[in-house]
Formats: sequence, C-alpha cells, structure tokens
Amino acid sequence: MERPERAAAALGAQPRANGCSGAAHGALRNGYVRGLPAPDTQVNQIVHNGGLYKRPFNEAFEETPMLVAVLTYVGYGVLTLFGYLRDFMRQWKIEKCQNATERAEQKDFVPLYQDFENFYNRNLYTRIRDSWNRPICSVPGAKVDMMERVSHDYNWTFTYTGRVIKDIINMGSYNYLGFAQKAGTCQEAAAEVLSQYGAGVCSTRQEMGNLDKHEELEELVARFLGVESAMAYGMGFATNSMNIPALVGKGCLILSDELNHASLVLGARLSGATIRIFKHNNMQSLEKLLKDAIVHGQPRTRRPWKKILILVEGIYSMEGSIVRLPEVIALKKKYKSYLYLDEAHSIGALGPSGRGVVEYFGLSPEDVDVMMGTFTKSFGAAGGYIGGKKELIDYLRTYSHSAVYATSLSPPVVEQVITSMKCIMGEDGTTVGKARVQQLAENTRYFRRRLKEMGFIIYGNEDSPVVPLMLYMPAKIGAFGREMLKRNIGVVVVGFPATPIIESRARFCLSAAHTKEMLDTALKEIDEVGDLLQLKYSRHRLVPLLDRPFDETTYEETED
Amino acid sequence: MDIKSLKNYLYWLYCQFELITCSYLMEPWEKLLFYTFNITMLVMVLYTAYIFVPVHISTAFQFFLHLLGNQHENTYHENLE
Repeated sequence: MERPERAAAALGAQPRANGCSGAAHGALRNGYVRGLPAPDTQVNQIVHNGGLYKRPFNEAFEETPMLVAVLTYVGYGVLTLFGYLRDFMRQWKIEKCQNATERAEQKDFVPLYQDFENFYNRNLYTRIRDSWNRPICSVPGAKVDMMERVSHDYNWTFTYTGRVIKDIINMGSYNYLGFAQKAGTCQEAAAEVLSQYGAGVCSTRQEMGNLDKHEELEELVARFLGVESAMAYGMGFATNSMNIPALVGKGCLILSDELNHASLVLGARLSGATIRIFKHNNMQSLEKLLKDAIVHGQPRTRRPWKKILILVEGIYSMEGSIVRLPEVIALKKKYKSYLYLDEAHSIGALGPSGRGVVEYFGLSPEDVDVMMGTFTKSFGAAGGYIGGKKELIDYLRTYSHSAVYATSLSPPVVEQVITSMKCIMGEDGTTVGKARVQQLAENTRYFRRRLKEMGFIIYGNEDSPVVPLMLYMPAKIGAFGREMLKRNIGVVVVGFPATPIIESRARFCLSAAHTKEMLDTALKEIDEVGDLLQLKYSRHRLVPLLDRPFDETTYEETED
Repeated sequence: MDIKSLKNYLYWLYCQFELITCSYLMEPWEKLLFYTFNITMLVMVLYTAYIFVPVHISTAFQFFLHLLGNQHENTYHENLE
C-alpha cells in the first residue's frame, strides 16, 4: 500500500473533498480508512483527502481551448445553415427526400420529424454515418476483419464491394482481457456445453429456465466478487433497467451521477422514484444533495425518504473516469443511504486480480449494497449480474422483471463466463488470467502516457483502459474514422448525443490481447493522423522520457 | 523541391480550412455554393477597404491634427495674455 504522497499534484485541477466531512465522524474508524489525524495537521488532512485513498488518484479533464471551441461552433453553424437549405430543398421537391417522412395523408398531423434530434440525424449524422455500424465478419479480438462498403449517394445507402479488409487492429471492442477468441479453453468448453445443452433455453428463470449451469455461474460470481450471493441475467442493459424498479419505488430518492449510462437512467425513471442528479464524480455536490434530502425530506409532505439510493458506475465509458469510491462509501455510511455500483466496464479491468473497482481502491465488497456488472466486456460473453447480500438476491429472484419475464442466459454463453472467470481467478491451474490483468494494466499506462506525450487531449483516469481522445470539430469526427480505417485501424468515434455537442471524441478500448507491436503501430498511425488533422490541442506539454521502458510507471508529470 | 513542399503545405492548409468549416463533409455543389459566397464576401470587404481606408485614415489624421493644433493655439494665446 503506497501513501498518497502525490495526491496534491494529482488532484490539482479538481476541488477536493476536505478531510473534515469524512474524518470528523467516528463512523469512519474502520479497518478500511486510516485513523483520524490530529486537528493541527488539518492542511495535510486536506491534501491526503482524509486518508481515504491508499493510492494516487490521477484524473484530469483538460479544458477545451477557447479557439477550438469557437471554431467548433463555427463548424456546427455552417452545417446547420446547410441543413436548413437542404430541408428547404426537400420540402419544395427540388431534391429527392431520402429520409423518413410522414405519409401524404398525415401531412396535416402533428409533425413527427421536426425536432432537433431528427434535424441533426438527417443533416449532420448522415454525412459521417460511414464511421458507424461497420459490419465485421470475424471474432472481435485484437484484430478483426471488416466488410468493405462504399456509398454512392453520400451515406444514404451503402453497397458492399465484396472485399473483406483483413486484420484491422481493433481499438474499439470492449475486449479488456482478450477473452473474445475463437480458439482456446473458453471456446472448447463452450462448444462442449453447446453439444450437451443446445443453444436455447426456451423459458424464463422462474419457469423452466433455471439450469444447473446458472446455479454454478452464480455461485462462482459470488465467490469472485466476495459477496454472499449473486444472480445472473441475460442482458446487461436489462439488468439495470429491470432491477432498479424492483429495488426502489415511489417515495424513494435516487441520486444519480450526471453521466450515468442510459440503462441506469431508464431503470431510475421506470421505478417512479424521485431522481436528483449530482455533478460528475463531484463529492461536494453529492454531499449537498444528501444533506438536503435528509433535512428537507420528501417535497410536499416533508416525510423522510423511504430509501436513498446512490447510482454510480465503476468506470464511465465516455469519460474514462473512475468513481471516487472511498468518498462515496464514506458519504453513504454517514448519511445512511444505499449504494448501487455499476461495474460494467471496471470488472475484470481494474484491480490487481481483476475484481473491479472495489479491489482497486482496497475496499470491502460489503460496503457496496448492490454490486452490478456485465459479462459483455471483460469476459467475452453476454449478460449481466447483480451481487449482494443473500436477502437482497433472494428478493430479486422473486421480484425482478428480468427473472420473471426474460429468457435466461444461453448455456454456451454461461460456460464462456465460467471458464473465463475461473481463468481470471487462477482456478484453472494456470497464471494466464493474472498475466492478462497485468498486461492490460501495462498496456493502459503505456498507451495513455504515449498519447499524452504526443500532445493529444486525453480525458480520464490514468488507470482506466477506456481512453477518450478529444476531437471537438464535427468534420474531424468523420475524417478521423475514415483516415484510421485507411491505415487499417478500427476506432470508435463518438459525437452528439452521446457526448456534449462540442466535446466529440474518439474512444479507444485497450485490451490485454494487444501486443506492444500492435500498440506501437496504432500509436504511430494516430500520431500521423493527429498531425494531418491537427488534433494535438493539448497545451500542457509533458517532458518526454529519454528512454521508454515498457513497464515503467511514472507519475512525474505535473500540470501547471 | 521547395516548390513541392510549398505546394504540399498549401494543400495541407486547404485541408485544415476544409475541416474547420466542415466543407470536407459537403457535397460538391454545396462546396461550390459555400466557396462562392465566402469569396464574394471577401472580395467585397477587400474592395471596400481599398476604396475607403486611405480616405478614413487621412480624415482621422486631419481631425487629430486639428485637435492638437487648437490646443496649441489656445495655450499659446493664454500664455500671451
């Protein structure tokens, strides 16, 4: 355990929770938090964040340069004007209308396609649409094959040329530990189970769909996470959206992070509880909301809230940021609320043995009331799970919509999860799992450091395998995707509405399956494209190291 | 070689202009319309500058000269009296 000596430099840009809020309470004196220091060391207290963090927390979101923001707005302005022009031409039949419109009989009804989303869709998104929905035709491992397609009418329709582009370096798949393979122990075990059980289950969990494989999986997941019990569902999105309504209802309060995933937002809205949003990863905002909730109670009746549930994610996939879990847990204990942690991206990817963000911070899984995660990202399968106390999971087995109505997991998928989880835990007798977790951590640190040295603006935490590279301008979104594909690298670019309108980005997802050669090739091409498109916006130039050993981890960089 | 690198540099600058104003994404007739509009506006501004800036500068110069000259004359006369 290393002391957070560099916490001062690391947390320079962000307002830190003062140590007082957590440390003043005797409730924090447990084995997971350091003892209370004397009051005269108040300054150090603030610097070390009350001793809640056992490792430096290096997260940075560099500010958008003013000129870049202005030019981005200029670009969007020009495109909007041309959008109006094209809409006018379509309305007056000067141009053929290729997007969806109402039928002629419905022209006098309330218009369906006049809102901003549809305007954006037909005039801006369609121009760069060829960077999305690209059809791949092999397993999405470290390299992937893609079917080539062209468009002769500016992305309204696509035709396949018949050629397959082979061995594209895949920087877009959520393949953190490299278990998306078509050969190996996982694949053999899954094939064996497929021949034994078949592919379909043809029932829900509560009726006839509860296989012994599911029981085995749930027991394994509970052991992996360190919780009492767990339950697995067929779809990761449905795990969130169908289980939050079972946990909270009317008269409860949900405190949800600003940048939570759509599944969490949908689940919160479906539940009927009151939802309040706190600023992204901002503990002062969360504490203020908690205080207001306890002091004022429900809006009109002033009764106390039945339950307060805090919804956070382990790694936020658009920002690459990691939740400040020690502080959230400290707040949760102080104000007696419940915590729902969505570890979709962080399970398998963080922590010395891949057990997720709880292990990464050195905390106890018992502090998190509901630990949710998915099997899609690090385990190369599909589906989600929820882990927690036995009473909670037994309740969910009866009352969750997913358990009652959704088909249960398919047996080969279950076997893939079981085999990969055993591999990560080391129970299959090899050290392959541990090697993969370490390789991912090394890849993450190397890739992020090299990109920052090149001068790109990279968001997020130093240890997160999700690397967003800021593009900002709308034309560069399309240009980046196309130029990288020309150089045989597949990337995912993201724009509005998944991100704020000027903060469009390219999101790289690193994998343990990426070798250093692949990363070096990718970095070389990113460098070239960055120079071609002028993407190196960062004004905090780092001092490049003279020799770059692959496994060196340095936190020498300071921001000024 | 110098001409070639200069041409490459100018082409690169043109690409940056295309990316920033999003004319990279436009269809050819939209680009034509956009560039025509921009060049027309630019030519009109330059022409206006060419006609009027010397006149404006000389008028301003005369105005300041008159202001300063008056000041000098006033103080001179006050000193005399």
